[in-house]
Parts: sequence; structure tokens; C-alpha cells
Amino acid sequence: MSKTTTALATFAALGVLAGAAQAEIRLGVSVSATGPAAFLGDPEAKTIEMLVEQLNEKGGINGEEIALTLYDDGGDPNKARTFATRLVEDDEVIAIIGGSTTGTTMSILSVAEDEGIPFISLAGAISIVDPVREFVFKTPHTDRMACEKIFTDMQEQGITKIGMISGTDGFGASMQAQCKEVAGEYGIEILADETYGPQDADMTPQLTRIRNTDGVQAVLNPGFGQGPAIVTRNVAQLGFEIPLYQSHGVASDAFIELAGAEAAEGLRLPGTALLIADKLAEDDAQYDVVTSYTEAYKAKYDQDVSTFGGYAHDAFALIVDAIGRAGDSEDPQAIRDALEATDGLVGTTGTYSFSPEDHLGLDLSAFRMLEIKDGDWLAVD
Amino acid sequence: MDALLQFLFSGLTVGAVYALVALGFTIIYNASEVVNFAQGEFVMLGGMITVFAFEAGLPLPLAALLAILVTSAIGVALNKLAIEPARGAPVVSLIIITIGASIVIRGATQLVFDKQLHRFPSFSGDDPIRVLGATILPQSLWVIGGALAVFVGLWIFFTRTLTGKAVLATANNRVAAQLVGINTGWVMTLSFGLSAAIGAFAGVLVTPITLVGYDVGVALALKGFAAAMLGGMGNPKGALVGGLLLGCFEALTAGYLSSQYKEAVAFIVILAVLFVMPQGLFGRKSTERV
Repeated sequence: MSKTTTALATFAALGVLAGAAQAEIRLGVSVSATGPAAFLGDPEAKTIEMLVEQLNEKGGINGEEIALTLYDDGGDPNKARTFATRLVEDDEVIAIIGGSTTGTTMSILSVAEDEGIPFISLAGAISIVDPVREFVFKTPHTDRMACEKIFTDMQEQGITKIGMISGTDGFGASMQAQCKEVAGEYGIEILADETYGPQDADMTPQLTRIRNTDGVQAVLNPGFGQGPAIVTRNVAQLGFEIPLYQSHGVASDAFIELAGAEAAEGLRLPGTALLIADKLAEDDAQYDVVTSYTEAYKAKYDQDVSTFGGYAHDAFALIVDAIGRAGDSEDPQAIRDALEATDGLVGTTGTYSFSPEDHLGLDLSAFRMLEIKDGDWLAVD
Repeated sequence: MDALLQFLFSGLTVGAVYALVALGFTIIYNASEVVNFAQGEFVMLGGMITVFAFEAGLPLPLAALLAILVTSAIGVALNKLAIEPARGAPVVSLIIITIGASIVIRGATQLVFDKQLHRFPSFSGDDPIRVLGATILPQSLWVIGGALAVFVGLWIFFTRTLTGKAVLATANNRVAAQLVGINTGWVMTLSFGLSAAIGAFAGVLVTPITLVGYDVGVALALKGFAAAMLGGMGNPKGALVGGLLLGCFEALTAGYLSSQYKEAVAFIVILAVLFVMPQGLFGRKSTERV
């Protein structure tokens, strides 16, 4: 008799366990938490871990907790592909967030497309969502949008002739190409087009060439890492009297510190609401999202948020929202369809509205033109 | 004219950085014929440790001193833990060990400190000095002066002091050096300590200009190595001239030709020099005794 009871109890326990395992939403992440793109992937990984924890504490989505599988691909596209395959086949995730860089995104993207798993990329290149792929979405603005934002601002300032100095790293080179492509549409003429290596220590020769080019009214520097900080210092050293524009690649407080408040004074760049979280008006659409994210992140990691962590925040918010609306947390196809129907979701980067033709879902209003004034950011539009 | 001067100022600033790294190569090469590819990591450590000691509240000179001491200790440890146990291994194996060490140091730095870029204030402010329409930062003068000082120091060390001569003797023939009473093990330890100290000193000088992060060492080591090859491996004069020349080639190419070809032209010049004189500009012709 007691044997039967034990057996029954065991069965019951197994049943409950299996039930619990069923009622889990398996989410996969592959970011570059270490390696050369660590400054992107590190805040991304931390952000998603924090958000999953927060959500599970609140009881998950429709009572189902999220089981997170997070891999660190170190910025290596081959590893990213392996992890994407593992996420789909072994971990049986229903959606993937990741691809800190365009390279790793491209690896994950093909796996997601083949397997029919919704994938939200955290990388910048426009080629990720253009042409539109059924299962691929992305949260960061494209570099083309950054160019358009900058050129719009230049137009307003009456600037038509510029000199460009771009980093030769992937980010700089891609944005340089995009800017050259759209410059004509804004009546901007690029008179000088210089480059620098990502770890160069001095850009005064290139800047001297730009300064000695007749008619240049502003300088534009697409790039990230140490290069833009050095360019900013060199521009100050050479005593330029024309405005300097940087890209969203340097949109962080650390940049002002590296370049020096004095050298960076008056510099303009397109950034997101996240950067001016403490200066947003309370009636700003993004106020709530941005403040709660920055405060939680600061409290948990004792670090300031970065734009990149914001991309991960938005990707996670989009997935959670889509799963909630899909009704079925097991079916990747239903989640994809819900994702594509996202309408007016407010993130830290901007307000997302996807459609079958648009898997980025942001417009230029997501970018805010910022100016560095007295060592701090100032929204100028 | 002012453009040319500006290009030269830029070239000398960057070149002095290369020269300092190349000077660091000199000592270990002279003691063991090993090219220490962790030399760039010594520079990085010098900058990183100074930054964090400075931010922790130490005055800048003290932070710099601490960084130099800690880095030389790491240099000595590298010799004791990785190079000495492999004694008798071919030079190529030892060079590969130094590459491994550079990866380890980079990883450890990433864990101990962080992955962000840092800088600390320039020693004499950021107001550029104007000369005939061109400008140079005071910190550049510190770097150029530092490279000259290290060069003079090493020159005296190798030619005027018994210890310096012992280092050269050890490189020339380890067994013979031991026979005349030179403690070759100690010479190796000294070389690693000293060259790490020079690297860290370079890191302290250049960080306000180049910024520092855990991974800046690789590029520095490559450029420093190219400079040392150009000038002649193992010769302090060669390291100094090679570094400054390489910096000026780059700056002039970027200024007059195109920034796209900057690196390429510099390396073509180096290849051309090595083609004509394989020992570099100031290297001694080496003869293998058979």
C-alpha cells in the first residue's frame, strides 16, 4: 500500500515538475560581453539579466517566468553562430536577442531565419533590416539615420560644405559610407574626406588638411572608442573656429571626460533620451521608461547606463510585449507575428512601431540633437 | 609652411611614443635576443595603474611611481615564471611565450580593472604652444623629452657601466659570460624589470595623449617593433631614430598624400630600408660563426 502511495507521489511530483518546466518562457541571448566589443556587450548582458530578474520577481508574463540562457560570443561571428544554433536546438528558446556587432548579428540572423525563431538584433548596420527579413528585427537606429539627423541640423545652421574625418573601424567606415550616400539629399557637399586608424594617437595632420580646405563650414567625425575623443582634443588644439559634429557612437558621459569638457564645448551629436535622463521633462513620452531603467541599473551595478544597454532594454521590452500579446508563449511564429504588430511601444531609444515593411520601427524623432555645454549634455531641438 | 610644421609636430609626438616602446624592446633583446611582445602591455599597465591609483586619491607623481614599481615587479615575475623555466628553448619559443604573456596580462587587466577607456590630466595643462602658426601640446614635449631621457640613460647604461656591458655580454654568449663571472640569471631578471619600468614610464607619459584601455598594448607593441626593426634591433639610438622616423612618415603621408595610405606608406618605407640594409639603420652586421 505504502509502495503505491510513494509511486503515486513520485508521479505527481514528476507531473508538477514537468508542468513547471512547461510554464517557462525560454529566452536566448548571445552578446559580446568580452572581447573587443565588450563595451557594447557588457552593459547589454547586465541589462537583460537585470530585467529578467525584475520581471520574474513580478511574476513573469501571464504567470510564466522567463528562463534566460545567456552566451558570451566575445565578438566572434563563428562563436555567435554556434551559440545561436545551440540556443535553438539544445536550449529550445522561443526568441533570441543579441548580436552586439553587425558581424555577430549576421551569423545569428541566418540561423534565426532558417529555424523560424524571432530575433532582435542590437547592432547598427542598416543591412540587418533592409531588405526586411521575416524573423529579424532590430532596436538601434541605423547610422544612416544619424547622418540624416546631423545633416538636418546642419541645414538649419546654414551649413552646406563640410569636411569628414572617419574612423576606419567597422562603425566609422559604415557611417562614413552612409553619410556620403545621403549628403546630397540634404544639399551637403563633402569637400574633404579623411580617415584615421582606431588606435591612432594624433589626428592633427588630417585635421590640418581639413582646415586648409577652402570653404569647409563644419567637421563631421563618425567613429567610436578613443579616436573621436582624440579628434575632439586635436580640434581644440588646432583652434578650429567651425563647429564639430560627432556621431551617436560616442554618446556617453565617459566621452566628455575623455575628450575634456573644455575641448568638447559646443560639440554636437545625435543621441537618445537615455543620455539626458535627468534633464527630460516629466511629460516627455520617454520619461518613465528612461528614469526607471537608469535608476534600477545604477542601483544594481553602480554604473551609469549607456546607449548600448538601452538597446538591450528595448529589445527585451519588445519581446515581453509581443509574448504577452501572442497569447501562446510556445509558438515562435505567433510571437513573430505579434512582434511585427508592435505599435507605439516606448523604449529608451525611441518609440517603436513595426510593420511588415519596417522591422526597425523608429523615425528620426528618436534621435535628439545634443550639444555639450559646460561639460554636460544639452538638448538643442 | 605652417602645415609642414604641424605635420612634423604630430609625427614627433606619435614617433616619440613608438620610440619609447622600441627602447623598451632594446634591453630584453640585448640580454636574450628575445623580442618581448608583452612590451605593449607594460605600457598599458603603466597607464592603467596610474589612472586607478590617481582616481583612488594618490597624487599623480606618486601614482605614476607606484605604476612603474608594480609593472617592473610584473616584468620580473614574467621572467621568473615564464621565461626562466623555459631556459634553453629556442628564441622563437621564448617570443611565443611573451605573446602568451601579453594575452594573460590583457585578460587579467580586464578583470582587475575594467574595459573602459581612461585618461588622467596632462602634466602641464592642455593649452597648446604656438610655434610659427603650428601648435603642439605641452604633454607632447613631455613625451619627446621622456624618450630622449630614456635614450640617453640606456646609452650610458650599455656603453659606460659594467652592468650594461654584462647585459651585452650575456646576449653575445651566455656560456662565456658565465665563465667570466657574470650572473646571467640576474642579468635576465634585471633586463625584464628595467624594460617593464621603461614601458610603464612610457605609459605614464602618453596616457594623457593617447588614452588608455586594457587593449591598447597590441597596437603599440606592433608599431614599437616596426620602429625597432627600422632603427636596428637592440640599439637605443636605432630605437629612438626609428620611432621618430616612423611617426614622421605616417604624419607626412596623412598630411600630404592621404590618410588612407598612412600605415601602408610607413611599412613600405620600413620594408625598403630592411631590403637594402637588413640590420636596420643602426644595427650591427651580425655574423654567424660556424
